[in-house]
Amino acid sequence: MIKERQIIYKKELATNIYEMLIEAPKVARAAHAGQFVLIMVDEKGERVPMTLVDWNPEVGWIKIVYQEVGTSTIKLSMKKVGDEIYYIAGPLGHPSRVSKFGNVLMVGGGVGIPALYPIARELKRLGNRVITVIGAKTSNALIYEKEMSEVSDEVYITTDDGSKGIKGFTVDAVKLLLNNGEKFDAVWAVGPALMMKAVAEVTNGKIPVSYSSLNSIMVCGVGMCGACRVTVGNKTLLTCVDGPEFDSYQVNWKELTIRLQAYKKEEMISLEMLKGAGKV
Amino acid sequence: MSKIGHRLEPKTRPPEIRKKDFEEVELTISPEEAIKEASRDIKFCAAPCSFRGCPVNVNIPGFLKKVSEGDFKEAYKILIQNTPVPSITGRVCQQEIQCEGQCVLRRVGEPIAIGAVERFVGDWALENNIEIPVTSEKKHKKVAVVGSGPSGIVAAADLARMGYDVTMYEAFHIPGGVLAYGIPEFRLPKRILRKEFERLQNLGVNIELGVVVGTTYTIPELLKDYNAVFLGVGAGRPIFLNVPGENLAGIYTANEFLTRVNLMKAYMFPEYDTPIHVGKKVAVIGAGNTAMDAARSALRLGADVYVIYRRGRNEVSARAVEFKHAEEEGVKFIFWAAPVEFESNDGINVSSIKLMKMKPGEPDRSGRPRPVPTGETFNFDTDMVITAIGFYPNPLIPQMTPDLKVDDHGRVVVDIEGRTSIPRVYAGGDIVTGESTVIEAMGWGRRVARTIDKDLQKI
Repeated sequence: MIKERQIIYKKELATNIYEMLIEAPKVARAAHAGQFVLIMVDEKGERVPMTLVDWNPEVGWIKIVYQEVGTSTIKLSMKKVGDEIYYIAGPLGHPSRVSKFGNVLMVGGGVGIPALYPIARELKRLGNRVITVIGAKTSNALIYEKEMSEVSDEVYITTDDGSKGIKGFTVDAVKLLLNNGEKFDAVWAVGPALMMKAVAEVTNGKIPVSYSSLNSIMVCGVGMCGACRVTVGNKTLLTCVDGPEFDSYQVNWKELTIRLQAYKKEEMISLEMLKGAGKV
Repeated sequence: MSKIGHRLEPKTRPPEIRKKDFEEVELTISPEEAIKEASRDIKFCAAPCSFRGCPVNVNIPGFLKKVSEGDFKEAYKILIQNTPVPSITGRVCQQEIQCEGQCVLRRVGEPIAIGAVERFVGDWALENNIEIPVTSEKKHKKVAVVGSGPSGIVAAADLARMGYDVTMYEAFHIPGGVLAYGIPEFRLPKRILRKEFERLQNLGVNIELGVVVGTTYTIPELLKDYNAVFLGVGAGRPIFLNVPGENLAGIYTANEFLTRVNLMKAYMFPEYDTPIHVGKKVAVIGAGNTAMDAARSALRLGADVYVIYRRGRNEVSARAVEFKHAEEEGVKFIFWAAPVEFESNDGINVSSIKLMKMKPGEPDRSGRPRPVPTGETFNFDTDMVITAIGFYPNPLIPQMTPDLKVDDHGRVVVDIEGRTSIPRVYAGGDIVTGESTVIEAMGWGRRVARTIDKDLQKI
């Protein structure tokens, strides 16, 4: 008998990048593309947002993909199949505003690619022509190529070192597509803030509809703390209850980048403590 | 005066010691002190404390009489007919403007320390494991209570005692709403909150954590499983100042700061994983209860703390005792000043606030002088800011429930008995009134529980 919040599957997709299936029937039955969950690994843990990559309402599992970057994700990786996660709440945030646009460009970087996957799948299901650009530092770090291929009409790959596909960033491939005269009705970008910002800059004025899924630091996830606030079109909005997807052309990217750095020092202290405890 | 004696002032831990930890500031009075204070009750008073003073109409003369006789168990039984959580209400109610504000002894001397005696009885009952007896037969009808804060606690306790099957849904990992994330440990210890929730569970209330009603379950979904739904989701959304630079790093809303410190135990970082960036010199904007809680928490984290308020000392809206405790502990106050801009030296972290000097103007609707800008500004250097200027109702459920009628301020519209625009859906507390107090919200929980009972009798 599988218990709620139990890990039922775990796989290392690339160095330090993991895919995990967790029993969460209440979340799975209500989930939509673009939404996320908040996870606390244990009772001393942080509340960490994780985008829903996939879910099965009948069987009751959810899938997340994450990269080990700090204390919370390292602690999550230390959990084994069969272990329980202390807390999962969701689905949270607004679903992606998907519809039949026509030609849609999907741009994903790093662990943003799996987060992009359910949105692309939904857009494909709705009859859009889905053109996908995915990128990673190097070919070994590239994940979800197969999954994205299954839901895309064309897939372009970029690597920073040129070990696979086009040498460069995802935005370089986007520029190439636009320069070749490709026309798109909508674009979704999910990845590091700098990537989403760069994509917004080159598509602005060329693609009418543009969404980015923001990765703001969150605490509550339900709209009461304001930690994840972001300026969109000169209004202060909350990523958790007003997003997580916003019009890329309206987001104040500079401010988002500033706020993402707020805890750099504390993140190091926490990591040192975890290492000092001999757990890693 | 000699006949009624002096009011008991509960002992507090010395400011220079308590400001260094998160242990409780005010101490529970002794049984002897409780008996003595309750004996100051006079025989023939019309109990305005209960009827005008208390939003949940606690039978104050009744419980004080039992305390004066040393019968704490009976006193507890009388208390919980109206407040299921006297250990909490005794600690956080604004007694000086409620029960104690109405006390007839105030006219001839000093009011009875009703809050301190109430708290004593509550704590005594918790220590002695006195259980609340369930009086009604099972009604075999189900009610969902959404939110585990003050209004939800009272609604759930009342409905459970009436014989309903109650399930309480809470989004966080710990129940209590604002009592868990907002009110600090030094004012309401979490062990008290935990015990009161154990008590609710003993009453048969089923508590489900990590459920976000609106998305995990929608209201129409809940209505399929429950005969009635009570929404007590509070006024959670922080109000922003909307001045330039407000989103710099190092500027927190009070809710974020307090949630990190209280709920996530950031004061124990890095033992707990959630960090808090503690400044050396902290500015708290606003002077309500939340501002005092934030200021005193920041002080305990080692900061030099300044409360900046756009009005004067006489207009401070926090409970008098919290203001007093804050000053005793060394929180400094800057009155008649309001932020107009936040500035940063490094382009990332806040480093100073440009403040507008204010002056008192014509009285506003609250009767207090309206703060008027003088045109003169000055700079205040700081490395951390906490804004505590109020809250809007939590938008999550209204956003996800188009049929639920809300007003221009996002408050759920209800009739006088708490019925919303959706049949079988009720609401109470801050989601209905906007920002208010713990006990006002509890009053709503009580009122709406009666409405639900009345309506469900008919079906």
